Amino acid sequence: MVAITVAILSAMVVAIFLNANFTPAPASAQAEPIDRLLRILFSIGGVIFVLCLVLLIYSVIVFRHPRDTEEGPPLEGNYRLELTWTLIPLAIVLVLAVQGAAVLKDIGRADPKNELEIKVTAFQWAWRFEYPQYGITSGELRLPVNRPVLLKLTSLDVIHAFWVPQFRVKQDAVPGMEKELLVTPTRVGSYKAWCNQLCGLAHAAMQAPVIVVEPEDFELWVKEQRS
Amino acid sequence: MSTIWKLGVIRGIVFGLVGTVAGMAITMLLRTALGLSAWNSGQATALGSFVGLIAYLGGLGAFNGWVGWVLGWPEKEHDATELPNWTRYFGFHTNHKTIGVQYMVTSLLVIIVAGIYQLIARLETAQPGLQFMTPRTYNSLISLHGIMMLGAVLLGISGMINYLVPLMIGARDMAFPRLNALSYWVTPPSVLFFLFSLPAGGFDTGWTAYAPLSVRAPLGMQFMLLAFYLVGWSSILGSVNFLTTIFKLRAPGMGLFRMPIFVWATLATAFLQLIFTQFVGIAFLMVLLERLTPLGFFDPNKGGNVILYQHLFWIYSHPAVYIFVLPGLGVISEVVPVFSRKPLFGYRAVALSSLGIALGGALVWGHHMFAAGMESWLRIPFMFTTLLVAVPTGVKIFSWLATMWLGKIHLDTPMLFALTAIVVFLIGGITGVPNGIVPVDLYVHDTYWVTSHFHHTLFGGFVFPMMAAIYFWFPKVTGRLLNERLGKVHWSVMTAGFFITYEPMFWLGLNGMRRRIVDYDPAMGLGTMNLVTTIGGYLIALSMLVFFINLVASLWRGATASANPWRSRTLEWQVSSPPPGENFPVPPRVVGSPYGYGIPGSVHVIVSPTGGSGEKQAT
Ligand SMILES: [Cu+2]
Ligand SMILES: [Cu+2]
Repeated sequence: MVAITVAILSAMVVAIFLNANFTPAPASAQAEPIDRLLRILFSIGGVIFVLCLVLLIYSVIVFRHPRDTEEGPPLEGNYRLELTWTLIPLAIVLVLAVQGAAVLKDIGRADPKNELEIKVTAFQWAWRFEYPQYGITSGELRLPVNRPVLLKLTSLDVIHAFWVPQFRVKQDAVPGMEKELLVTPTRVGSYKAWCNQLCGLAHAAMQAPVIVVEPEDFELWVKEQRS
Repeated sequence: MSTIWKLGVIRGIVFGLVGTVAGMAITMLLRTALGLSAWNSGQATALGSFVGLIAYLGGLGAFNGWVGWVLGWPEKEHDATELPNWTRYFGFHTNHKTIGVQYMVTSLLVIIVAGIYQLIARLETAQPGLQFMTPRTYNSLISLHGIMMLGAVLLGISGMINYLVPLMIGARDMAFPRLNALSYWVTPPSVLFFLFSLPAGGFDTGWTAYAPLSVRAPLGMQFMLLAFYLVGWSSILGSVNFLTTIFKLRAPGMGLFRMPIFVWATLATAFLQLIFTQFVGIAFLMVLLERLTPLGFFDPNKGGNVILYQHLFWIYSHPAVYIFVLPGLGVISEVVPVFSRKPLFGYRAVALSSLGIALGGALVWGHHMFAAGMESWLRIPFMFTTLLVAVPTGVKIFSWLATMWLGKIHLDTPMLFALTAIVVFLIGGITGVPNGIVPVDLYVHDTYWVTSHFHHTLFGGFVFPMMAAIYFWFPKVTGRLLNERLGKVHWSVMTAGFFITYEPMFWLGLNGMRRRIVDYDPAMGLGTMNLVTTIGGYLIALSMLVFFINLVASLWRGATASANPWRSRTLEWQVSSPPPGENFPVPPRVVGSPYGYGIPGSVHVIVSPTGGSGEKQAT
């Protein structure tokens, strides 16, 4: 009975986590492997949760003895069982950590010849984007679709962080340092880059428009900016 | 009048005020002598606080024991003995049970204030748009909510440990009673500093106080730094006492593997407190010095490094999470066997898992900085250590479930809270795994996902277990039972309120809701879930109201408790409720496991009330 309930509920939970949409539509090459990993994590976590919850609720209902003063059976432990519930989680977390390392490597890789380099400067409470390859500076982040972008972030005052939820990845902009973030936008559209590190009064409103366009439109925009 | 003056706290306040004024005057004289303008609010309040604190402790009588020992004053019993009983709570009293109650009451008071701060802030974020609050107020409220709650947790665990550990191991008191009283009495000024922070301009850094923002924040920042610095002192001094007490004062026969799990948890927590609290102390002190002087530890323009602060801060603040939750998990391990009438399943593994969590938790601080910009590959070892902590945590949860299996389960209020705690902590553990995995953390970091995750761990590992502990041990402390019906109302509203508050926050975080924002983009469609979260928060507050009514009403006219109303086997239940001043006139003799429920002939301890005849066996 317990086993059947756990199996049915687990199947449902896994089906939901593998198929349902619970994040904003992805818009970068980095988003895909991250979302896949997220679905796997939720599924495994969901099954563990279902297992424990069913055991707990079953125990409370079936083994409840509101009035009597009887004692339970003297079960003090079971080495095999204890070893099992130590080793299985150990194996799961090791596999997940290896997966995580693989995805981390995956999302940090791009063809350096094709990279668009952008210097991102954060300050209280706005962003500035410089395109050294084109010699332009802008208050909005305009990106060509499907080309890897290497953001080089720094800050003029306190710590800020660069985050476009649809791109998934984020990076702090730290005063006195230059930190890198690789993003490859894959979907034309307009997004917002939010500051994701509490940076004082206007932190909540600190944002910049992010506009992903076709490569031709990007070239046009560059020309416009230069003139 | 003379009774009032005999209350240590009154003398302390008067001395403290004089000291504060003196400290401020010294600062102004020094500045004038150096040819500077006399008034500098930061420096004046810092030195004023310092001198005031020392004077307050002197007035309180905190140093009388040591000074008297040096000067050869005749040994004198506590002042409070000739005064009415309640006055002991308002003076420098060294009994561990008095101190435990002092800590606990202080903790609950801080929880009320910090909770109200967040309830106000939650109204602002219930809907998008700026409702009624300035960003400055909002940032100050959420920052103070965070750091004050953490202070309250440290006070709360000290309260539970102080009251219970000496009783559980059969000791008469802590190893260093005067030091114990001192570690409590530095916390009321700390609470005062926390309260000063808001009128002094608040601060807008969150509880983490990241430099360089914390260097530029208003004067309220300084009060917060000083306040937590004092709590840190209390924590370190307390841990010295806990460790010495556990290693040196166990009753005959109380081998390490006959100690209740709560004592094991205390051991692990105390190690973490002793080793790691100094790091946050140093970090806060450095920020304070950078604010008050031209030093530039974290200022790149002066050769400082911004990331250094985060390392120092998290080297403490991650293990701190385990400092907060290990005692609570210990409480669950005490409550579940009693109300399942079965031995704790896998006692040794559960005992050692506390140490495992402590050891593992010491090596994971980098997971808070995956997006901060450490060496990219360096994030991978931190990911592995972080995930490994899941293993000993899992051992605890599975052991509790196995303890309940085939048991004779009684659903009294302490057990109900323990059950909620298990479920909530389980969710907290499972939702911590994505944060530990670097690429996924780059997505969920600093969103409501993380906020919800750590509220699950702290509610599951501290708040709900502390509620279980209060319902469980209240009869021991006061001699009266808490009202069961009100207890069940409290439990059901709080449990429902918790899930209504925090489950939507996971969804919010995954949909782009950032942490610590006074306002959010209406176009993101986050309004509904934020409203639900706010409503849940008020349900929790409502349940707390029921709880406080229950506390006061039961204290006043609750049913009288027997020595052992829950039929528990551990030592604290083998003495009267409340226990006698010296706990055990004669040291008890420990002969077996504390959890042998249902095992024929199993005995944990033999207590002899008079030292000779009339031995009582706890079976
Ligand atoms: Cu910001
Ligand atoms: Cu951590």
